[in-house]
Formats: sequence, C-alpha cells, structure tokens
Amino acid sequence: MIELTDVRKAFGNNHVLQGVNLTIESGTSMVIIGGSGTGKSVALKCILGLITPDSGTITLDGKDVTTGDRDAFLARFGMLFQGGALFDSLPVWQNVAFRLLRGSLARPIEEAREIAIEKLRRVGLKPDVAEKFPAELSGGMQKRVGLARAIAAEPEIIFFDEPTTGLDPIMSGVINELIREIVVEMGATAMTITHDMTSVRAIADNIAMLHDGVIKWTGPVSEMDNSGDPYLDQFIHGRAEGPIEAVR
Amino acid sequence: MTVFMSFLAAIGRYVLSALAAVGRIALFAMRTVSHLARPPFYWSEFGHALVQIGWLSLPVVGMTALFTGGALALQIYAGGARFNAETVVPSIVAIGLTRELGPVLGGLMVAARVASSIAAEIGTMKVTEQIDALTTLSTNPMKYLTLPRVLAATLALPLLVGVGDALGIMGGFLVGVGRLDFGAATYLHNTIDFLENWDVISGMIKGAVFGFIVALMGCYYGMNSGRGAQGVGSATKTAVVAASVLILASNYLLTELFFSA
Repeated sequence: MIELTDVRKAFGNNHVLQGVNLTIESGTSMVIIGGSGTGKSVALKCILGLITPDSGTITLDGKDVTTGDRDAFLARFGMLFQGGALFDSLPVWQNVAFRLLRGSLARPIEEAREIAIEKLRRVGLKPDVAEKFPAELSGGMQKRVGLARAIAAEPEIIFFDEPTTGLDPIMSGVINELIREIVVEMGATAMTITHDMTSVRAIADNIAMLHDGVIKWTGPVSEMDNSGDPYLDQFIHGRAEGPIEAVR
Repeated sequence: MTVFMSFLAAIGRYVLSALAAVGRIALFAMRTVSHLARPPFYWSEFGHALVQIGWLSLPVVGMTALFTGGALALQIYAGGARFNAETVVPSIVAIGLTRELGPVLGGLMVAARVASSIAAEIGTMKVTEQIDALTTLSTNPMKYLTLPRVLAATLALPLLVGVGDALGIMGGFLVGVGRLDFGAATYLHNTIDFLENWDVISGMIKGAVFGFIVALMGCYYGMNSGRGAQGVGSATKTAVVAASVLILASNYLLTELFFSA
C-alpha cells in the first residue's frame, strides 16, 4: 500500500502540492486526474524520490520511502513515462532489458534479450522491432516499448504518466487495454496520471481528483459520475463553467 | 547615490551567483570523483566515451597541431631573423608546442567538439525524462553518464596531446625544411637536443586537467539544462564557454606551478 500524508511541494512561489493525502491499496489501479499543471506528475515523482517533498510523509507498505535500500525500493517499481523516455543510443531490446542487463537484477545477455522480446510480444510488437532504435519507431510503438520496459522486471508497482497523450483514439484504446490487461495479469498496483477520461474509465479501479494542490475527491470509478463533487463533475464533463477556472 | 548603490548591488549579486556556481560545480566534481571508489562501474559506457572523445577527436586535434606547428615555425623564423637567431626555430617550435600550444589548442578544440556534444546529449536526455528513467531503472545517472565521460576525457586528452605534439613538430619540420631551407637532419637534431622529457610530460599533465574540465563542464551543464530546445542550446553554449575559459585559466596556474622560477 502506498500512502501519502500531507505532502507539500513548492517551486519558488508556485505551491504545487499543498497537503496531498492519498492511499493506494495494493493490487488496485488508482488513476489521478486533474488539469494540466496541477501537480499530478510532481506527486508521482515524489513517490519515486525523483523530487523531494518539502514536507509530509510517503510510505510504501508502512515504511518511509526515503529510508532503506534505494535500489531495492526502485526494483519494486516500473514506470511508463509520458514521452516514452527511451534511450536513443540503445536498440529497443536493450531499452526493454535495461534493468536486466545491470545491477541487482542482472541476467546473462541472451536471457535478458529473450525476456525483452517476450515483453515486446506481450505489448503487440514483433521481434524484428528489437534491433531497431527508438528514433525509427512511431509514437505509439515507442509507448509500447516504454510499457514493455516498465513490465520487463515484473515489478509490484507500475506508474503510468499520461500513457495516451499524443496518440490517436485507436492507439489510445490499444494502450489502455494493454495497461488494464497487464495490471490484472501481474496483480500489480498501478498508479496512472491522465486527463483522458476514456483512459480513466478503461484503467481505473479508483480515481483521485487533484486540484489546487490537494485531493478534492477520491473514490471508486463506479461512483465518479454521481459523486456530487462540483470539481469532479466539471472536469469529467469538460465544462468551461464551474469552480475550476478555465484559464490557469 | 541610489544609482551608485544599485550598481554595487548588481555587482554583488553577480559575484554571489558566480561564487554559488563555483560551489555547485566543485560539489558536482567531488560527487563524480567519489563514484570511482563505489561500484558498479559501467565499462561499456567508458569504452564508448573513450572512442567518442579520444579516437574521434584525433583528426581535429591532429590538423590543429599540424597547421599550428607550421605557422609557429614561420613566425619564429621571422621574429628570430631580427636578431640573427633563426636557428632556434626547431627548439622553440618543439618547446612551444609541447608545453603550451599542444595542450591548450588541443584542449580548446576538444572543448568545442566534446563539451558541446556531451552537454547537448545529456541536456536532451534530461528534458525528455531519460535521466529520470535511468533513476527509476535503479541506475545512478552520475555513475552511468558522468563518471565514464569524465574519466575517458581525462585519460584521452593526454594521449591526444602527445599525438598533437608529434604532428605539430612535424608541421614545423615540413615548413622548416620545405620553406625555410633547414637541413632535415639539422632540424631534427635541434629539436631532439633541446627538448626535455618534462616539456612533454608537463603538456600531457595539462591535457589530463583540461580533459577533466571539458567533460565535467559538458556533464554539469547538461545535467542542469533548462527546459526545451532553448534550455539545451543555452546549456551547450555555456558548457563550451565555461570549459574554454577554465582551460585558459588553469593553463596559467599550471604553467606558474610547473615553470615559475
């Protein structure tokens, strides 16, 4: 279980997180929604330790994430970045098997390559993609490779940062389905950031709405449409009128 | 009075920010070096950096040295002729190249080629979240990106300087024999007789320091690149300028250290 308690983070005068409280139960898929610039990615990066919060605590299974063995902590995570964040200088299979080629999870090269090809197949890519470089792939294929990399070491927790941004609706649907399938199949805990409502409905067990640096509403996706929360209602229906200012 | 105080305040702010930058770079350098003693070490990244920084810089450093040696021979001959000292051309070319021009010009050429490329590469990796991705994949970016490049540049530059010295002396030899009517054997004798081991070694030590500076500046400004194309462009430009200025400043300090009476 991941638990954020009163997490705050400011960049200069910009107070992005102003006391975030959120619980993500093990084995569930939590989707965080909210407008652009509301701190969704910052919250996610705080959990991973890529950004240090100014105050508050973040725990994983009851243990403070800032203490203990960092490598062992990160080995439990997989992450799909918004732009894929594939390493340009490495062929696709080495991107996917990156974690399996070095560090505590290192395997023999041939074994790592086989696992990479298997993971590529799992996300719908043919083995001949393995030898290509990321720059030779389309945006949708890059997302799939990023997804294959995120699941290569079979992590317990997977983060997805805007998994469908920049993709056409069909490819978005494919990625959403893949994410849902993989999370269910692996029994992983998932945390997704998006403002794509189709993704929310496809991926989420629970959702949390982040606005003005705090969680405005959280609950099961089935209750989203009847939440009675004006912020959530405005957001999911994409209305210009409401408590959320259209111009931020 | 108010204008004067504002002027002083502006200078103060500039000095403080410059000192803070020096502090940040010093800490970055110490963190980089400290990873030498802490495994893992990424040998394949080191090998790749060695090829990129050392081997692929050979043509530019070699051409620079060759032409500089030739031009130096012409200048020393013209200057020496004013007090009938034309015979010093071979020895001054050799000493000038090995002690000063070889390492400094080699360092500056590598700064232009390598500091820019490292800063642009790492800066792009930063803005496309590849650095964050490395961290989430349990790989320390300082170990994976910075240390191999800094170590490779520190080891490659002395070798490049050595090759540059030889080619620069050859440039002087070609001009001396071809244009200035020196006998080939006399030119070589004068070069070898006056050149001391320390002349060459001191230049190579300078090369190692310059290599360290070049890669460190590329990595530092790349890692601290701003967002977008403008951020990466600015990081690249600053890395080259900082590396060049630091090479010239450290060259003076090293010359003072090695050769002051």
